[in-house]
Amino acid sequence: MITLGKDEIAKYPFLADAGQYLKDKGFSLDQFGIDPDLKISLEKALSRVQVSADGKIYKSDLIDGEASKDYVLEREVFSFLLAIVLLKLTGMNTLIKRFALAEARRAEKYLEKDLANITDESKKELAIRIIDDLFSIQIKKQDDYFIIPISNYLKHSVNFHEREWKLINRRVGNGFVFLTPHETVRLIRKELSSYISSKIINAKTPSMISGFEEPVKQLISLSKKFVTYSVTTGEYPPCIKHAIEVLEKGENLPHSGRFMLATFLLSRNQSVEQIAPLFKNAPDYNERVTLYQLNHLAGASGSGTQYSCPSCEKLKTQNLCFAIPECDNIFNPLQFGKKRK
Amino acid sequence: MQEKEVKFLEDAFKKYYFDHFDLIHVPERTSEREFGFQKFNSGMMRHISLKDNKELHLLLMQNIPSDVYCSNAYYSFPNLSMNEKDWKEADLIFDIDAKDLQLDCRLSHSITKCNECNQVSNSNHQCLHCNSKKIEIKSLPCKNCIEGSKKEVFKLLNILIEDLGVEKNNIKIYFSGNEGFHVYVYNSQFLTLGSRERSELVDYIMFRGAIPETFGMKKLKPQRSLFPDLEERGWRGRFSKEIFGSKSKRSKIISELISGGYSKFHKNLENISTIIGAQIDPNVTMDIHRIFRLPGSLNSKSGLTKIFCKDLKSFDPYSESSFLNENTVEIQASCPIEFKLKNKKFGPFNNEIVTIPTYGAVYMICKNLATIA
Repeated sequence: MITLGKDEIAKYPFLADAGQYLKDKGFSLDQFGIDPDLKISLEKALSRVQVSADGKIYKSDLIDGEASKDYVLEREVFSFLLAIVLLKLTGMNTLIKRFALAEARRAEKYLEKDLANITDESKKELAIRIIDDLFSIQIKKQDDYFIIPISNYLKHSVNFHEREWKLINRRVGNGFVFLTPHETVRLIRKELSSYISSKIINAKTPSMISGFEEPVKQLISLSKKFVTYSVTTGEYPPCIKHAIEVLEKGENLPHSGRFMLATFLLSRNQSVEQIAPLFKNAPDYNERVTLYQLNHLAGASGSGTQYSCPSCEKLKTQNLCFAIPECDNIFNPLQFGKKRK
Repeated sequence: MQEKEVKFLEDAFKKYYFDHFDLIHVPERTSEREFGFQKFNSGMMRHISLKDNKELHLLLMQNIPSDVYCSNAYYSFPNLSMNEKDWKEADLIFDIDAKDLQLDCRLSHSITKCNECNQVSNSNHQCLHCNSKKIEIKSLPCKNCIEGSKKEVFKLLNILIEDLGVEKNNIKIYFSGNEGFHVYVYNSQFLTLGSRERSELVDYIMFRGAIPETFGMKKLKPQRSLFPDLEERGWRGRFSKEIFGSKSKRSKIISELISGGYSKFHKNLENISTIIGAQIDPNVTMDIHRIFRLPGSLNSKSGLTKIFCKDLKSFDPYSESSFLNENTVEIQASCPIEFKLKNKKFGPFNNEIVTIPTYGAVYMICKNLATIA
């Protein structure tokens, strides 16, 4: 467990043991609903959640990561802990996700500053330790960069869809990836946000506290705005069209292409019997083998696992992607033609 | 394949396995690996676990497989079904195959065998005798194919050592027994990577997905100072060497690149990927559950051995990987392309009966270009 100083708890409140913190300060949750002085923290907590729902980062009272007075610092931590209580009482997952992401981005700023700190070595060390303890990334400093092992980098960067995060677009040498402080913390944003949201999800839900009813009501009505609907056009994406064309011409479609086509159509609720005839023209067509393999992919035989359609990224690597402008912003062929409303 | 040919091949393979136990060993951490094999004209047997060389040799003598495989992955229970195996980690593997390199020589030594009328012809699209499109393309790789594959292996080695930090003595190179090379990386930081992460490594090695910004080119107001230098490490350095050629040309070429614009630059990057990237088979490296031809075993596409290359530069697969016996056999050969094995030339044969050594006969029968007379 990392030992945190007073300032650090305000910067990284998700690392603190919430119950213990309140206890140490001599408060109970009930007091925040009634005590006029403490109510400010509850209002701050509400605004902290509202701001995050809006996709923005909560503006802290800390100046350069430090509090001018002790009570400012306490209020920072309280408002975070109370925000969690409000989220638990509201019970809306979409708000929790948005809050966790915004808090992760807020902490990211402090981590970045601490990593780049050249005057206070201890701040840098703490940031390095937080990243290592929470996300098992071993960072070393080399000249102006932070270097991390390629394997460590890849485990995090594969979740990014922006091309600049591909390994090919990074400075790489001797088994390490070179990153700026900003890139280093950006690399863990998703994990940091998952860490925060899992902490919230795993926290116990308290029963309603007097004085908390109104903010909870406000948050419930706020969360309704995030319900989405989607519409499907039914058109096949270009990769699937291409695979069907290849088969229709009687040309050879590689195993990976057949896998893509079959899993795609199965996910679109086509039956094995409907799909099998597509492969009839393949040079090595064998009805028995085709049916066996399709049933296997559908989960009807073998281990019962139903295989899913590969991602666009994987299809690109396999030379099976023939993207068109309509493919923009999709990560899997199954998303093609689905528009959010 | 008919029974006569299967019997002949099995006899030849059995003799090889009996005479050359010294060439075929179980890999390290044997009990964590999955083994598999195929017999001629038969399906794949997988999910086999072996303890040591003795068990492997017994398997070979009892089954006389056409092909033997071993996982690059390590499992807790290699003999259980796929989702019960408990995958632990896997060596990093690469397959470089001449057929994927789009070499100019390819057409000159490719022929087609029709699956319907069994005739051999030179067309690459359909059978010239019965017009069927159900054809198999057969290629008898030439010296150029092997040199082309070696070039890709050298590119791969450079990236593995310089960029990915793999130690030289953790890399082993094998001739695949047919048209290319297999490269194994042991004990590296990449052991525990899953398929998605390996696919990123593949793109890195093949130089795919590069964006202009990485090489200094911006959409708006590109700055000359951001373009790479020839001395730089990694892809920026390789890019510079390929595009600029020399220091003296750098400045002029940067001006041309800037005036050509962003999109053209991007297109350039895509175009040079096959030149500077190593042409590996992406599916092999991404697959963490694959069973891969076992070193020392025979390749049923050729009858040649998958063999360790001590010195890649001087390695000649057609003399160093042919271990089958010299006993002569009479075959009906329909092989319009000449080939060389153990420094002896064979063919071309125009559907004729010839008497040749076993290793040559096996080579043609494996390629479905001859039958026992």
